[in-house]
Amino acid sequence: MDFFDRFTIPPHDDPMLYASIVAIGLVSIAIVFGVTYFKKWGYLWSEWLTTVDHKRIGIMYIISALLMLFRGGADAVMMRLQTAVPDNSFLDAQHYNEVFTTHGVVMIFFMAMAFIIGMMNFVVPLQIGARDVAFPRLNALSFWLYFAGAMLFNLSFVIGGSPDAGWTNYYPLAGTDFSEHVGVNYYNWALQISGIGTLMTGINFIATIMKMRAPGMTLMKMPMFTWSALITNLIIVFAFPVLTIALLMGTLDRQFFTNFFTTGDGGMDMMWANLFWIWGHPEVYILILPAFGIYSQIIATFSQRNLYGYKSMVASMVIISLLSFMVWVHHFFTMGQGAVANSIFSITTMAIAVPTGIKIFNWLLTMWKGKIRFTTPMMYSVAFIPLFTIGGVTGVMLAIASADYQYHNTMFLVAHFHNVIIPGVVFAMIAGLIYYWPKMFGFLLNERIGKWAFWNIVIGFCLSFFPMYITGLNGQARRMYTYSEASGFGPLSMVSFFGALLLAIGFVLIVYNVYYSFRYAPRNVGDDPWNARSLEWATHNPVPEYNFAITPNVNSSEAFWDYKKNGHDLFKGGIKDIHMPNNSGWSIIFAGIFFVFAFCFIFHVWVGVIIAFAGIIGCLLYRSFEKDDGHHIHKEEIEETEKKFGGAK
Amino acid sequence: MKLDSKNLPLEYSTETNRMNILGFWIFLSAEIMLFATLFTSYFVYVDRGVGSGPAGAEIFELPPVLIETFLLLTSSFTIGLAVHAMRINRVKAMIGFMIVTLLLGAGFLSVEVYEFIHYYHIGATLQTSGFTATLLTTLGTHGAHVTLGLFWGIMIIIQILRNGLNARTANKSFIFSLYWHFLDVMWIFIFSFIYLKGMM
Repeated sequence: MDFFDRFTIPPHDDPMLYASIVAIGLVSIAIVFGVTYFKKWGYLWSEWLTTVDHKRIGIMYIISALLMLFRGGADAVMMRLQTAVPDNSFLDAQHYNEVFTTHGVVMIFFMAMAFIIGMMNFVVPLQIGARDVAFPRLNALSFWLYFAGAMLFNLSFVIGGSPDAGWTNYYPLAGTDFSEHVGVNYYNWALQISGIGTLMTGINFIATIMKMRAPGMTLMKMPMFTWSALITNLIIVFAFPVLTIALLMGTLDRQFFTNFFTTGDGGMDMMWANLFWIWGHPEVYILILPAFGIYSQIIATFSQRNLYGYKSMVASMVIISLLSFMVWVHHFFTMGQGAVANSIFSITTMAIAVPTGIKIFNWLLTMWKGKIRFTTPMMYSVAFIPLFTIGGVTGVMLAIASADYQYHNTMFLVAHFHNVIIPGVVFAMIAGLIYYWPKMFGFLLNERIGKWAFWNIVIGFCLSFFPMYITGLNGQARRMYTYSEASGFGPLSMVSFFGALLLAIGFVLIVYNVYYSFRYAPRNVGDDPWNARSLEWATHNPVPEYNFAITPNVNSSEAFWDYKKNGHDLFKGGIKDIHMPNNSGWSIIFAGIFFVFAFCFIFHVWVGVIIAFAGIIGCLLYRSFEKDDGHHIHKEEIEETEKKFGGAK
Repeated sequence: MKLDSKNLPLEYSTETNRMNILGFWIFLSAEIMLFATLFTSYFVYVDRGVGSGPAGAEIFELPPVLIETFLLLTSSFTIGLAVHAMRINRVKAMIGFMIVTLLLGAGFLSVEVYEFIHYYHIGATLQTSGFTATLLTTLGTHGAHVTLGLFWGIMIIIQILRNGLNARTANKSFIFSLYWHFLDVMWIFIFSFIYLKGMM
């Protein structure tokens, strides 16, 4: 039985844990049963699991992201519940460590990253008038690797135990001396696998945006979201290899007893912190730039004006992407680099506020004298501007190296980064999802429920995180599972807990809205329900498999607006046969083998590692010898489809 | 040679081919970051990460390193000849040069394996110190790339023998040559900044 001992969870007598294990088991059985009962395995396999269609992959990314949002959100509510009153015993210290670690990892890697990549997948090829991405098969592999990583990470909860060294996973805490059980191995391998997937996405989208734009669309005529996607993917390609190496070193340290991040024999624990943040700070901009892109689309559409300062928007994103690689030390000002290094990084950090400020003013000036329509996506965008500015200003406060000695690792920091990530990224993704919902599914989400969700989320956000600024300045450390009554943090923490509940209600309302609208929303919303401006709205809702029947001819970043209002001839020529890639089960199988490989590696099951490695080689060989030239959709078929949508576009 | 639409070499002849080559260049830029991270770590550990283990000057030996360098640089030349042969449609010569390239690569790897065994025997293992761990990880990452390249090259040769030279196989061969040149460039950095600098 020695062999099986390694899979047990380190003891903490927690009925909730066992309840969760049972719940996970039951849900899995229910899903399998449901799909079997409705005889949907064939449909699921041939239409979704093997798809290489960028729109479906995008939707699968977004569904996974929403699932992870609820997983990470449950963690968040548990943390707020534990700290709602002083000396609470809802969670013990170990459990709390695991909860804040998984909350961070799940939200950053498996929720936010998946959400933005899902959005890019769905929107970018449509915005540039392409049929698909440059490497459709690779795109499917990216998704399945991400998904394998996400599932692997969530498995840690029930087999072997979750990581507990924080999402930043600092050594020596994350080393074998202080984190004996396999939790951190899970961290290393789950992030390694999904990170490889993300890197491939980066390569794929750069090639797509550089090479596959519609005729006439020069770089400076790309819609703003595509610009943000291009810059984001450049950052991905340059930042993720650093994480790959850092995780490799961590794995070697933990599983082969090397001395990269140990404290003896020439090991340097701060090396991890440096490598992690050299990747980690650009990562922040990987998350926020696409969000900026989405806001740019939404604000222009609902202000019914073209985006103010297009060139400065592009320039500021380029500057942000360069600066993002020069600020990483601000994550550990207190760790003894000395005054000169701290000053330099303090200044570069503050400098980022300048291009970001330019963007804020551009959005404000876009709205200036616009005919604003307050739809749900627009409300999120309008709420974003002041809330994000508060987050930005507290960021500049944190950038003051000397003052940082007071804020470092307090709840002030926690308030700051939630203040930029939630109004920045999460609002943008929800707004984008509502905005593009008709493009994905052909109907609109209910506005009334949407606005209820909006107010819950915005008020919930403010109540949750603004109190943390105060308790943080008063010295409440982050990641502490409890505090004494004498500290006086009790009342404000209770407010925070209520805020978290409101946020949770808001997200549940969004899900309810999906259900409600799916059942009751009218289906005849037409191709342009928002009176939009950019190219993606020039095709049908929902988008046919081939995107555009005729490749559009573009004259500006708002080609669809020019087509509607200024008589621009978007679609020249007739319908021709369209070449499309074939579906393939290769990607999901390959990623599945990666999953097994990593799982066996985590537990030192070397037989499994060798077998899975052989499987990986086999998949690569198969791919090398495979001949797959795709297929053609014939002219007649396209005309048929277009007729159904009411005429060719 | 100027590349215009009328005078495209075979490996650039289709849309997919051109896309593959661009995609591979982007991949190589990610690889540059990967090795840059390793080099940076190496420079951090080279002096301060020695601990109780040996320093670079104590374990580096010039002869195997020189042989490795000679073999790999020559292989970069022969893969260049292979691509040239491909461009003038001399399939036999092309396969010949590719085989020579892979043999040189295999020679490089054998010497590197010898070098690793040598390090092991003189007590500079992966576990010895931060410095040896970074050294061996950097060399090992490069070596793993060469190993992958060997198998990849063999697969391409098989496909050329089976299907002859067409847009697909030419594209694969060209991309393989990019990869191989890249590994050579990385080796030049390893040779200069790890070995030579370490022995000075």
